[in-house]
Amino acid sequence: MDHIIKLKVNGVFHEVWVKSNETLLEVLRTKLGLTGTKRGCDVGDCGACTVIINGKAVPSCLVLAVDAVGKEIVTIEGLSEGDELHPLQKAFLEHGAIQCGYCTPGMIMAAKALLDENPDPTEDEVKMAISGNLCRCTGYIKIIEAIRAAAKSMAKGGKK
Amino acid sequence: MSDFQIIGKRIPRPDGRAMVTGRLKYINDIYLPGMLYGKILRSPHAHAKIVKIDTSEAERLPGVKAVITAEDTPKVKFQTSYYGVKDEYALAVDKVRYVGEPVAAVAAVDEDTAERALDLIKVEYQELPAVFDVMEAMQPGAPKIHEVKNNVAAHIFHEAGDVEKGFKQADLVREDRFKAPMVVNATIGTRCAVADFCPESGELTIYSDTQKPYNLKPSLASILGLSPDKVRVIRPYVPGAFGGRAGISDVQTIAGFLSIKSRRPVRVEHTRDEEFSVQRGRQAVILDFKTGVKKNGKLVALFCRHYTNAGAYVDFGIQNTLQNVNVLDLCLRVPNVKFEGYVVYTNTLPGCPFRGLLNNSFTWGLYSHMDMVAEELGMDFPDFLLKNARKKGDVTTTRVKLGSCGIAECIKAVVEASGWKTKKGKLPPNHGIGLAIAGHTAGFHSFIGELSTVLVSVDEYGKVTVLSGRGEYGNAPTTLICMVVAEELGLRMEDIFINDAVDTKTVPWEDGNYGSRGTVSQGRAAMAAARDVKKQLFRAIAKKLGVSVNSLEAKNSRIIVKGKKTELTFQEAVKIYADLGNKLPLIGRGHYSPPSEDWDIKSGVGNVAAAWGFGAQVVEVEVDPETGEVKVLEVFTADDCGRAINPLHLEGSSEGGVVMGLGSALFEGVRYDERGRVITRTFPTYGFPTVMQAPKKIEHRWIETIDPYGPYGAKGITEVVMLPTAAAITNAVYDAVKVRIKEAPLTAERIRNALKEKGSLKE
Repeated sequence: MDHIIKLKVNGVFHEVWVKSNETLLEVLRTKLGLTGTKRGCDVGDCGACTVIINGKAVPSCLVLAVDAVGKEIVTIEGLSEGDELHPLQKAFLEHGAIQCGYCTPGMIMAAKALLDENPDPTEDEVKMAISGNLCRCTGYIKIIEAIRAAAKSMAKGGKK
Repeated sequence: MSDFQIIGKRIPRPDGRAMVTGRLKYINDIYLPGMLYGKILRSPHAHAKIVKIDTSEAERLPGVKAVITAEDTPKVKFQTSYYGVKDEYALAVDKVRYVGEPVAAVAAVDEDTAERALDLIKVEYQELPAVFDVMEAMQPGAPKIHEVKNNVAAHIFHEAGDVEKGFKQADLVREDRFKAPMVVNATIGTRCAVADFCPESGELTIYSDTQKPYNLKPSLASILGLSPDKVRVIRPYVPGAFGGRAGISDVQTIAGFLSIKSRRPVRVEHTRDEEFSVQRGRQAVILDFKTGVKKNGKLVALFCRHYTNAGAYVDFGIQNTLQNVNVLDLCLRVPNVKFEGYVVYTNTLPGCPFRGLLNNSFTWGLYSHMDMVAEELGMDFPDFLLKNARKKGDVTTTRVKLGSCGIAECIKAVVEASGWKTKKGKLPPNHGIGLAIAGHTAGFHSFIGELSTVLVSVDEYGKVTVLSGRGEYGNAPTTLICMVVAEELGLRMEDIFINDAVDTKTVPWEDGNYGSRGTVSQGRAAMAAARDVKKQLFRAIAKKLGVSVNSLEAKNSRIIVKGKKTELTFQEAVKIYADLGNKLPLIGRGHYSPPSEDWDIKSGVGNVAAAWGFGAQVVEVEVDPETGEVKVLEVFTADDCGRAINPLHLEGSSEGGVVMGLGSALFEGVRYDERGRVITRTFPTYGFPTVMQAPKKIEHRWIETIDPYGPYGAKGITEVVMLPTAAAITNAVYDAVKVRIKEAPLTAERIRNALKEKGSLKE
C-alpha cells in the first residue's frame, strides 16, 4: 500500500510518498536525498544508518517510514549549525577518528544521543553507546578518544 | 633534516569535514536520473551443469527492462590478477562451480520488482559431485572442477641452498601444521556499481569502487565486448577496500551488461546477506612449516608446504601464494629454504586480495611455529628472533633487496615498551604475553605503463591543484600527496587542492591502490611534480632578480633568497613567472616507477617492491579458564615506516590493523554448510569485531630507517601494521594457559576444547 506522509527531519517538514514496507533509511536516502545516513546491512547489525528519533539513537533501517510520522528525526546533516561544526564532528576530525568515513555519521549520531543524555560518560559508557556501530578501519580507539574529548569540550563551552 | 614544515606533523585529513557532515558522496550514494536497479540470480548449487534457463516469465513482468544470461554476452573468460588464469565468466556458461555464482540478472524500475523477476527465472540444473576440502580435491578421482589435473591450478616451487642438508646439520627440527579459513574484507559499505551506457557515443561510464580504475577500463571493456576507449571509469569515494575491491566484481560486469541492454543507467549494489554469501576474501590455507635450528639459536633450514584453497576460480589465488614465497625469509636469515605451493580448485568461494594478501595467515603460522621452536630450544623469543634478524643491505633467497630494514629495532622497541622482561613468565594466572614480527612490501611494483603519475598545476591566483589517480578509500593517501606538495612548495595544507573522484577520462594514469604502494609510488610522483613546478618558478624568479636558482627557497608561503631580505609571496612569484611570457597554468609533471623485478610465476622469485616494511608487536591477553574466551588487554607495536610522515594517520592505520588482526586471530572466518553454502552471512555470525573487543590500549613506536626509495625515506605501512597481531595473540594465549592452537580463529570453543584435552579445564 502507498501512503503520503509528513516527516519532520532536522526541523523541517517533508511530504513524501512511501510504500508501507519502506524503511526510514530508504526514504531518507532516496526520497529526501539525505545520503549522509549510510546503508550497511539493513538488519540493524552495523549501525551505519543510526539517526536520532525523539532523542534516542536508532538504526533507521529498522524503522518503517510510516512509523516515523510525528516524531523528531535528526540526521547527520542536521548536526552542524551553519558552518560551525558540532563538537563531536570537530573531535572526530582532530583525533583522526575517521578513515573511510562510512561509519562516521552513524557513530557521531550514536555518540550525540549519549552525550545529550549523559554529558560526562565513562569509557565503558562510551563503548556501550557505540557497541552497535561497526567500523572496519579505525580499531575504535580514536573514536572513543574523540567522543570523550567532545564531552570535555562541550562541558567547557556549555554547548549542546 | 628536521626543518620540515609539514612532513612529520599530525595533520587531520582535509577531506574529513565532508565526512563528518555527511556531505561526502560515496559509490553507494550515486543515484542517476532514470536509473534502474539490477539484481543477480545466483547458483544454489556448489557444482552443477546448467541444463536450461527460461527467462520469459521474468521478461513479461511489468517494470522489468532487461533480463540477461550468458547468452546475451560475448562469453569472454577473464582473470582478475596479472598472475592469474583466464577461467571465469561474468555469467556462468554451461556450468556453475560455487554457490552464489551469477547465472542471470535483471534490471527493473525498483529493487522489489527486480527481486520478484528473479523468482520468475527458471533454471534447470543437473547437480554434480562437489568438493570443498583442499586435500580431498587433490586426490585422484576427486570431482573435476576445471580441465586441470587433480584440481591443481598452479604449482609454485622455490629452493635455495639444500634444506635436507640443513635439517641434518640442525640440533633441533620441528614441524607444525596450521589451518586458517577464508577471511573477508567486510567493509561497512557493500560492493556497488552504477553503469551508464550512452547509445549515441557507444561509451559506457561506470561509477565503480575499484581500486584499479585504469586496469578496470580494458578488462571491463573486453568482458563487455567494447573497445577500451569506450569505457570510462569514475571512482568516487569508497567505503574502505583493503584489497577486496582490486579485482573485477559481479556488480561491475552485471551493471555494465544490463545498462547496455536496457539503454538506461543501472545500479547494482550487494545486500549485506549477498555480500557475505559471495564476497571473496583471502583464501583458506593449510600451511606446513618445518624448521631446523642450531643449539645457539641460528636457523639453518626452513621448509614450507603451502596449500591454497583457490575456490572455484583462481582469481588472486596464485598471486596471494607467490607473495608468501617472497616473505619466507624476509625477516629472518635462513641459509637453506624451500617452498612448495599448491593452488587448488574447490567448489567454495574464490579468493581475492585482503590487506597483506596471504601473508596474514602465513605470518600467523610462521611466527606461532617459531615461538614453539624458540621454546623448545629454551631461548627467550625476542633473543631468538634478534639472533636471526635481517639487516639493511641483505638480499633474500628470492632476490628481495633490503634498502632499509628496521626489524631488529622494532623487536627491541616492543620488548622495551611492553616491559617484556618483567612480564614474561611473571604475569598472574591466565594472563599471558606474546610477540610476533612481520615483513611486507611497502610499495608494490607494477607491470604496465607509467606507474604513478601526479600533475600539479598553478593558476593565475597562485592556487595549486593536484591531479592524481589515487583517490580515497580511507587511509588518507590524498592527504599524504597534499602534504608532499605543500612541503615542496613551502605552502600550507589549505593552499593545496586535490581531485576527490578519479575519472579515467580526465586524470592521468595511475596503476592503482594496493600493496601499500601509495606512500612510495604516489609520494615520489607528487614530489617530482612539485619539484618540477618549483624548478620552472625558480628559473623565472632567478632571471628576474638576477640571482642564482640555488639561492632560492620555498618556505612559509614565500619564495626567499637565502642570506638576503628579498622575499616574494607565492602569488607574486607566479605573477613574475607569467610576466616573463610563460603560460599559465604552470604545470609540473611527476612520474614514479619503483626499481623492482617481476616474479617468476613458477617460483615466486623476484623483488616486487622498491621498499619493504617491517613490524613487531607484543600483545598481553587474559584467558578465561572456564569459557576459553580471550580478552586482548594491551598491544605494543613498532613499525619500520622509513619516516613517519603523518603520525596521526600512521596510528590510525596501525590501530585499525591491530583490531583487524585481532578479528582474524579470534573470531573471523567464512564457514559453509555441508552443501557449500556460506552460513556466516551477518556481521555477528561472521565474527566482526566490535568496540567491546578492541584492546584498551595500543601503544605505537615508529622506527625511522630512512629508505633510499621512499619520499623523505618513508615506506607504506598499511598492511604490515596488521600482520604480527594474530601470531602475537596466539603466542600470548599459550603463555597464559599453555595450549597451542594451530587452527584459526582461536575461538573460545577451540581454546576450551584444548584445555579440556589437556585436563586443565575449570568447570
